[in-house]
This record gives sequence, C-alpha cells and structure tokens, in this order.
Amino acid sequence: MCETCGCGDPNKVSVEVHDRILSVNDRTAAHNREHLVEGGVFAVNLMGSPGAGKTAVLEATARSLAGRSRLGAIAGDLETERDADRLRAAGVPAAAITTGSACHLDAEMVHKSLHDFPWRDLDYLFVENVGNLVCPAIYDLGQAVNVVALSVTEGEDKPLKYPVMFRKADLVLLTKVDLLPHLDFRVDDVLDALARVMPRPEVLRVSARSGDGIPGWVAWVEGRRAAQAEAAPAPAHPHHRA
Amino acid sequence: MHEYSLVRSMADQVEQHARAHSAASIRRIAVRIGALSGVEPELFATAFTLCREGVLAEAVLDIRRSEAVWACPRCSAAIPAGAVLRCAACEVPARLIAGDEIILEQIEMEVP
Repeated sequence: MCETCGCGDPNKVSVEVHDRILSVNDRTAAHNREHLVEGGVFAVNLMGSPGAGKTAVLEATARSLAGRSRLGAIAGDLETERDADRLRAAGVPAAAITTGSACHLDAEMVHKSLHDFPWRDLDYLFVENVGNLVCPAIYDLGQAVNVVALSVTEGEDKPLKYPVMFRKADLVLLTKVDLLPHLDFRVDDVLDALARVMPRPEVLRVSARSGDGIPGWVAWVEGRRAAQAEAAPAPAHPHHRA
Repeated sequence: MHEYSLVRSMADQVEQHARAHSAASIRRIAVRIGALSGVEPELFATAFTLCREGVLAEAVLDIRRSEAVWACPRCSAAIPAGAVLRCAACEVPARLIAGDEIILEQIEMEVP
C-alpha cells in the first residue's frame, strides 16, 4: 500500500531505507582498519593535488625513519607505476594500484592490493592516493589518519575551494616551503582558510628537498602511531624483538 | 568524477530491495546529498541516467539536498558557514551537525 501520497495504490510499496550509499565501501574500510590495527600497522591516507609533493614527502620520510621503522606504501595513479618505482628506489616496499580512469582509491582496491603485499611486517603503511583534491576525500580506506599535502605553489585559497577534502584531514602538510622566498604565498592566509574548513586545524610546514620540517612531521606520525598502539596493543611481532 | 561509482552502488542497493520485495519496477528513489558530502547533485543525476535499466528503467530520482550546519558541541550555538570553525565562547572546535550525507532514503516500487 502506498503510504507516501496516500493514493491507496495496492501495487505501490514505499520502503524507508536510510542507508549510506557508501555502506559497502565503509564495511570494507572497517575490515581493512581492523586488520591493520590488529597487525600493529599505522596506516596513513596521503592525499593532495597532482604535483603537491606526496611522493617526495614519502621519500623524505623514508630517509628519516630508515633503520628505525619499517615502512611500506601503496601508490595509486591512473597510469604507470612511477610513484611506486620512486618509493622502491627510496627503500620502501611499494605496490602500485593503477586505477585506469578512476579518480580515487576505494577500500576494496586497497584490500585487494594488501593481499599481495607483506603488510604485516610493517610499522607504517602509507597509501598515496590518486592526485586529486575532490574524489579521494569521500572514500574511507581503513586508514588511521588522513593527511593532505598542499604545496605553497598551489595558492592560499585551496582549502576554501575544496572544503570536503580539508574537513576530513587530520593534518595538512604545507609542502615545498623552501620555495616561499620566491613566491607571494602568504602562510597566514592559508592558516586562516584552513581554520574555516577544518574544526581542528593542524598544519606542519615541510620541505622534502631541504629536509626542513621533516623531523616534526615524523614526530607527529610517530606520536599518532604510539597512541594507536596504546589504544589497541598489537600482539608482539617477532621482528620487534630483534 | 566519482558520482558514477556512487550511482552504481546506489543502484545495487536499490536492486537488492527490489528483489527482496519481488518488485516489478522502481518508481522513485529518494537520496539525500549534503553540501559537504563531496558529491555534486547534478553529476549524480547525470550519472543516474546512465544506470536506468532493468527494474530502474522507469525510476525517477529525487535528490534532497542538505546544507552544511556547524554548531558548538557544548553550547549548541550555530557557527555560520565561512566562519572559523570554533566556538568563540566555549573555545572548542565546532561539530558538523548536517551536510555530509550521501544517503539512500526511500524507494517507491511497483509490486505484483
């Protein structure tokens, strides 16, 4: 019986659903998250425009954490394995997800790629998302934190133009700050813009090229990982005893 | 454009409900899309036209929009759009009350 318009049509049924359209993705993301946390792996979903410096930040992170922690990466791109190749060259085991025409990674793509990846041996899994300030924001992958790389060559108003992406960020890495002396970019303006789209704005300034700010970023991610480990102690890894 | 994959997910959900009710066809699908959901309603509607087949062939898509609403979690004061997302009185971060929805709300179907 139709209850919507009261037309009394006995062949019309109205069903109240109220389901998230992304519920399938969300379930897979929750599954990824559960396994990663259980395995003692801290997962970072690194997003940002093409050319924001995501891969360069990860290369610098690998240099900084070399010998201290075990890093792995999954790099998403429409075509090529270039980012994964760069990360492997930096000593980071890396898998590539070539999405074809898809503008973002989803939880299922990450799940599948973890099947063939020795993620249990890791302390950190960095998921370098497809370069895009729009689509990746809406897909939960099972990460512990969302980090958005925003380069100083992109303009101070990007947070106001792409509020969805920045609202979801736990941290914004302001990248390429070594270029600031050559630009009219005003850091205060970007901080103001972020405060209008992020309820808890956290920003770190880094330069992968000069290494400035990288220790602060590494300390941030180590602190977050320690908090995750404290909340959900992982069973002792054989590697950790060495 | 992620709207196409969202519409595909929505169509799968609708088809499941249609099967559960042995529906012959879907008349209307109501979805709610928030201003801060990251989904463009126009693109969503366009993507839907490409998915209208089988039980969905005659379906009408009704997109209900919701604006972003921020408020203080302590004193409930509204934080206007475009303002710093922090309650000046309570000095706590604002909370999003509405506006991030991507929800399949209601399906109207034809049953034998």
